[in-house]
Amino acid sequence: MLWSVLRFQAIKRCLISFVMGTGFVCSAAAVEIQVGIINIEYPILAPISRFDRHPDDLGFAGAELGNEDNQTTGSFLGHQFAIERVSTNPDNMVADIGTLTGKGIRLLAVLGNGNDVAKAADAAGSDVLVFNASAPDNALRDEACRANLLHVAPSRAMLADAITQFLIWKKWKRWFLIEGSNPADKLLGDSYRHSARKFGAEIVEERTFEDTGGSRRADSGHVLVQRKIPVFTQDAADHDVIVAADESDVFALYLPFHAWDPRPVAGSGGLRPVNFSATSEAWGATQFQRRFEKLTDRYIRPQDYNAWLAMRVIGEAVTRTGSNDPAKLKTYILSDAFELAAFKGQKVTFRPWNGQMRQPVLLTDSKVTVSVSPQEGYLHQRSPLDTLGLDKPETSCTAFD
Amino acid sequence: MSLCVLTTPDTAYAYKAFVSNEKGNTVSVIDSETWEQIAEFPAGNRPRGIGLSPDGKHLYVCASDDDTVKVFDAHTYEFLWSLPSGPDPELFVLSLDGSKLYASNEDDNLVTVVDTEKKTVIAEIPVGVEPEGMAVSPDMRFVVNTSETTNMAHFISTEDYKIKHNVLVDQRPRYARFTSDGDTLFVSSEIGGTVSVINMLGETGPELETKIGFEVAGVQPEWLQPVGMRVTADNNWLFVALGPSNRVAVIDIEKREVVRYILVGQRVWQLEFTPDEKYLLTTNGNSNDVTVIDVAEQEAIKSVQVGQQPWGVVVSPD
Repeated sequence: MLWSVLRFQAIKRCLISFVMGTGFVCSAAAVEIQVGIINIEYPILAPISRFDRHPDDLGFAGAELGNEDNQTTGSFLGHQFAIERVSTNPDNMVADIGTLTGKGIRLLAVLGNGNDVAKAADAAGSDVLVFNASAPDNALRDEACRANLLHVAPSRAMLADAITQFLIWKKWKRWFLIEGSNPADKLLGDSYRHSARKFGAEIVEERTFEDTGGSRRADSGHVLVQRKIPVFTQDAADHDVIVAADESDVFALYLPFHAWDPRPVAGSGGLRPVNFSATSEAWGATQFQRRFEKLTDRYIRPQDYNAWLAMRVIGEAVTRTGSNDPAKLKTYILSDAFELAAFKGQKVTFRPWNGQMRQPVLLTDSKVTVSVSPQEGYLHQRSPLDTLGLDKPETSCTAFD
Repeated sequence: MSLCVLTTPDTAYAYKAFVSNEKGNTVSVIDSETWEQIAEFPAGNRPRGIGLSPDGKHLYVCASDDDTVKVFDAHTYEFLWSLPSGPDPELFVLSLDGSKLYASNEDDNLVTVVDTEKKTVIAEIPVGVEPEGMAVSPDMRFVVNTSETTNMAHFISTEDYKIKHNVLVDQRPRYARFTSDGDTLFVSSEIGGTVSVINMLGETGPELETKIGFEVAGVQPEWLQPVGMRVTADNNWLFVALGPSNRVAVIDIEKREVVRYILVGQRVWQLEFTPDEKYLLTTNGNSNDVTVIDVAEQEAIKSVQVGQQPWGVVVSPD
């Protein structure tokens, strides 16, 4: 409470100076906020669906929009926002981060896999605040958490819980879990197993779809798929739904219609849990996307949304504190005073025990928003959003204590 | 009009309520005597903000996806002409004499000032991200705009169209409304879940005095999202539409506290009084209807089916 009063006083002073003719800046000198946005690139195969091709500006575009939003707001308060984009790879990442911090940049947003995001946070150092804008690894919110690493991207546990709540609401409790053979698929499969236990679903059948490589798309692709998937899914125990854990994008999109039993598919194919989707029209998402599309000439992707979120979290914290000091911003971001509107119908906030953003998860069939979790009736003493992902008693993260 | 003057004050007149239907691309007309829809006419693509000229002759509708404000004859419903409004107009207010229209352009972070007679743009004012709520102070000194992502109320001088003050409020400020004496401005923050009370007589200009929150037993706090507002002419009561919680809050303005929640249709959005202030109409976007509230009793008395996804409402003395 005292905090918000102090904050209000600071803003009042700022407005007074504005009115008294000291120009567009607060009585303190203009605050400059520089954010580095780092995209770690990996050799990747073409996706199964051409709708999922990676645009060159993936993530960066969202950061640009977030920075524009911050610049507009900052212009009324004397806050000057800028971003520096860095494309790198796992080998050069540490050196590139050194270059950014060498320029005095103390705020970073990183898109990359879990191990590299952790490495990036360590390389940046404890006086730099880093935002994880892509890695879903539960470990980063658990035993491998870092005090200087906040997560705007949802964890695998949050994504899995979002689907599970919907399936339980539908009373589709008997699951046929199909998991890929790569490490990320196994981690996602573990999240679904954990989520099933948490909410009372039963995994009646489990199979692993081996990633044997080879051509994903060919002239006769669907002919092979049409023969292979039914055989693979044949003779499974009676189930209500197929849940696919295929982060590697090898088979899940082929499951709908091709599976032996006529059952809906959820997870990596069919009904997918996402942080954001171009299907979303509610809660101002239409105009948010129109601004994005005007800037980029393409639909928004979850990575863009995450990068936008990271910029807006920083922007909101700067607006309310008038500071660019990472330590002050972090304290504010993790406090009860922080709240941000993020086009998902309710304010998003942070879990102070592991630095994870609380947020709704959209469920989409890729054409429309089918539902949004948490589902009705999932209650929690703090916020229904804490029914998704690692709750306070479940995490072994101590970096934020 | 002269008939109205001759009639005794406790007689309820027949008014016409115009409701913009955002998804149906129409305007519904409701008769206040029968509380039935008596007409529905096409109003351009994605009609949202809606208002009447002070003489009641012209109906203005933001056709958001057509990037214009369409003007209709309020009696014949005939389309007359379009006004340049800037892109994606969402909400507007008219100056008290009706000569100027101030529209918020959501996609371009602008407020556009339009001369309603010459049909020209007088000024474009850069404001915060996603401008939405608009209000004119009763003394005509300020046009207020709220920006939903910047989270500010911007106070724009009507003389030189420059921003003179900014007041930070809670997340996603949707709507702004003055008391009739102009001393107080209310700003609703949809995601913040509060109404900010701004004192217009502060030492250095408008200043945030307090925030009013909402609480309904058995309703998730996340669903209590304040949007449209109306103040009774005696400045005693503030009515606040609470979006997906399907309720209208009644605030005792002097006490700065909620005294009642009125259950209405689904996703209640904007509000308008009948000119005699006997009734308050609410647009309910998800149940495609309008709830009629008895203002004195602070109770919902009727619901009227309208077109698809009703957004805004205005009532004519007709």
